[in-house]
Amino acid sequence: MDDRRIEKAISILLRGGVLFSAMVVLCGGILYLAQFGNRVPDNHVFHGEPTELRSVSGTIRAALSGRAGGIIQLGLLLLILTPIIRVVISVVAFAAEHDYMYVTFTLMVLAVLLYSLTGP
Amino acid sequence: MDTTAFTFVVFFGSLVAGFLGALTGLGGGVVIVPLLTLALGVDIRYAVGASLVSVIATSSGAAAAYLREGFSNIRIGMFLELATTLGALLGAHLASHLPARVIAAIFGIVLLFSAYFSVREHPKISSDQTPDPLAQKLKLDGSYPTPEGMQEYHVRRVPLGFGLMFGAGTLSGLLGIGSGAVKVLAMDRAMCIPFKVSTTTSNFMIGVTAAASAGVYLRRGYIDPGLAMPVMLGVLCGSMLGAAALIRLRTHVLRILFSLVIVALAIEMILNAIKGRI
Repeated sequence: MDDRRIEKAISILLRGGVLFSAMVVLCGGILYLAQFGNRVPDNHVFHGEPTELRSVSGTIRAALSGRAGGIIQLGLLLLILTPIIRVVISVVAFAAEHDYMYVTFTLMVLAVLLYSLTGP
Repeated sequence: MDTTAFTFVVFFGSLVAGFLGALTGLGGGVVIVPLLTLALGVDIRYAVGASLVSVIATSSGAAAAYLREGFSNIRIGMFLELATTLGALLGAHLASHLPARVIAAIFGIVLLFSAYFSVREHPKISSDQTPDPLAQKLKLDGSYPTPEGMQEYHVRRVPLGFGLMFGAGTLSGLLGIGSGAVKVLAMDRAMCIPFKVSTTTSNFMIGVTAAASAGVYLRRGYIDPGLAMPVMLGVLCGSMLGAAALIRLRTHVLRILFSLVIVALAIEMILNAIKGRI
């Protein structure tokens, strides 16, 4: 794989990831307004989201059971995953070029990202 | 105001923020947080969480376009992402320990700084520089297309740039902004990277940096789906429209006007922080 092809692949991934996650958020949003549209919004005082919407597995469960908040959160999670997948592609690309210094740097960035999403 | 009305107000506010952010290159994040906290009374941590998500959306969309033009330097981006993602983790952790008014005050100061940077002329950097040994070892030097053909450049002061990038990442994680101004400062002023390369590479990095702090925000329960939904969709639509309009509009006057708006928001944020109303 040469540089231009990698850049093209990354470019398609970024655009596709953003559009796909926006579609999921939009679907969840329509459902959300249909269900809770006439309630009074409650975000003036901070109390944190329910535990369910705080983890990757909880969000997937909530989305699969058709809850609007869960579907939106799944779309947001897909959006957060888009740049993470970009970093994964970069690891492969640097490895194909036998640039092991940059494979190491990129793996370190990936470790930070995965820690942030799943860490304690 | 019920949830439907609130959602539409946030959507249109975010649309305008994304549009102006794309036109002026400042990004939508700098106005989203003041809009949500000052005008709509949303808690600053929810506002920052929603803004972070919109930052990922716009930066990924823009990076896709820039990559194909050949300006971004992927090695510089990846190396400096080490600094920005670690900084972003620190910023996200700070966000849960600092009082809301302290975050608001820091936000105001960073806004003033961004406004200053957007109107200031960026200095021309001479291209006849001697290579820097550390930059060469890290393979950071590169070339970019100009009307006169490919132009080579040498990267300098790597440790200083890396340190500034850590700071940019911290601000991004704490305030939910792309902190493009600090990133460009680090790359174009400290590391002597050509302006076009620094701005596009910075954009390329913003998504990864924001993803690092967004993960922490999600796990802390700071990302509210009902609020993040209209913010993300609004900023995304706005920035797409902005990018399309950019080709046809003269942005100099707009940039000055937008900077004045940011200065006003900055002062309002700082005053509210002092009075403890945030």
